[in-house]
Amino acid sequence: MFVSGVTPGEGAAQALPTPTTRPFWDAATEGRLVVQQCGSCETHFFYPRIACPSCGSREVSWVDVSGRATLLSYVINHLPAPGFEAVGPHVIAIVRLEEGPTMMTNIIGSDAVPDQLVIDMPLRVAFEDRRGQVVPVFAPREEHAA
Amino acid sequence: MSRPVAAIAGAAETSLGRLPAMSELDLHVDAALLALADAGLSLDDVDGITSAVHNPVEIAHALGVRPTWFDGTSVGGTSFLVHVRHAAAAIAAGQAEVVLVLHGESRRSVVGRHPRPVPADGMLGQFELPFGVYGPPTMFTLPYLRYAHETGTTIEQLASVPARQSEWSHGNPRAARPSLASVDEVLASTPIAWPFTKLMCCMVSDGGGGLVVTSAERARELRRTPVYLWGSGEAADSPLVSQMPDLTRAETFERSAAAAFTEARISHNDVDHLMVYDAFAHVPLYGLEALGFVGRGEAGAFVAEGNTAPGGHLPMNTNGGGLRYTHTGMYGMFAIQEAVRQLRGEAFAQVPDVEVSVVQGVGHFFSEAATLVLSNQEVSA
Ligand SMILES: [Zn+2]
Repeated sequence: MFVSGVTPGEGAAQALPTPTTRPFWDAATEGRLVVQQCGSCETHFFYPRIACPSCGSREVSWVDVSGRATLLSYVINHLPAPGFEAVGPHVIAIVRLEEGPTMMTNIIGSDAVPDQLVIDMPLRVAFEDRRGQVVPVFAPREEHAA
Repeated sequence: MSRPVAAIAGAAETSLGRLPAMSELDLHVDAALLALADAGLSLDDVDGITSAVHNPVEIAHALGVRPTWFDGTSVGGTSFLVHVRHAAAAIAAGQAEVVLVLHGESRRSVVGRHPRPVPADGMLGQFELPFGVYGPPTMFTLPYLRYAHETGTTIEQLASVPARQSEWSHGNPRAARPSLASVDEVLASTPIAWPFTKLMCCMVSDGGGGLVVTSAERARELRRTPVYLWGSGEAADSPLVSQMPDLTRAETFERSAAAAFTEARISHNDVDHLMVYDAFAHVPLYGLEALGFVGRGEAGAFVAEGNTAPGGHLPMNTNGGGLRYTHTGMYGMFAIQEAVRQLRGEAFAQVPDVEVSVVQGVGHFFSEAATLVLSNQEVSA
């Protein structure tokens, strides 16, 4: 179920969920990408909050998203964070989900070279188990297979 | 413009570079004493104090000041621009008379360094750190490729930012990188976070700086030429780079600069000198566009062609900037210091006849911004 691409080792930062963010991390463990949606203005938003940042409504719920996204911007990182020393140059990206929100992630399934990383290229979510914590990452998506 | 209420009456930098004998607390105290001496004032004159990251009360006590006004707003490298603005407001309100705006950072030697923790259960700790970002070189740079994609800005134009700025700091004994750097040299330096190379990133140094902010009236009685605050602005948006509303625009700069220009009642033609906080090579490009000195996508060519270099019509980052002069981590203090030197006519690379200088600061990754419009003239001609 889980892919491997960027696999950091000992000492890598791991998320420590709070009660408000835990549904996101629990869903990732099940291979689902979820964000919150406002019951009042219907905006999808990310990161998790107790109220909608567009209208202030507290009527928010978790929804599954399509997992389709596009590549907004990225760097190919040569300055490894703790735990990433053995990974080699890796792609840190900002992607935009089809539903609107943006998020930081890693791009897998392509070489970490500019030729294979075209701004606006379509992506699909995948999930990587990193020493017990499952994180959403993104891989290039064939348009026709979408 | 209306008559300015506040002025910078004293300004000084500490030694820069590698200072293992000085803690961050020491650097604040050193900067305060140097700035007071420059203004011709003593500890007894001080009633207000500011610092970032460090609690200003700790600084005040170590210095020997018992303040009745203080501000510890910590919004990254632009904190000191914000402090000048807040100090001016306090002076206008009669809440303070002589305010020390202080910075000291042992970024390189890490002596008495205040911790800057990123909690694993915060939003940065949960939704960015797990993907391998490692400090500003991998976060501040992230928006750039989208900007390049949308505007057609080339990698050579990006590299021309440190190359052109090196013409200002060339030969300055206080500069950490006093050599001339060519575009080719910038492009060939060590890759950090592609497309950014080492020379597109600020260096890491120890140092501090201090400013004495007081009423315009009092500043006129002191020994130095007053540097008047004609206008200022501040603005904030996402603390997370991944949540920036538009990766191709420094929207926070747009808002802080618009407020400062409006308050100062200046237009772009009035600006003789510009400082745009350059933690990384793309930030001045975003800044030139956000402040309206050039149109969208025009900044790369504007810098590459020499318009901001010595002899150009918009001298920018004339100390060499964070890319060539110094960068302690929170560089904004040094951008203000260079503007003050230019307005006093005492800069290493002095621009002739500077009357109006604009300083644009940034905190974190376009998250916070502040703008100061400074002049050696009490009112515009
Ligand atoms: Zn809403």
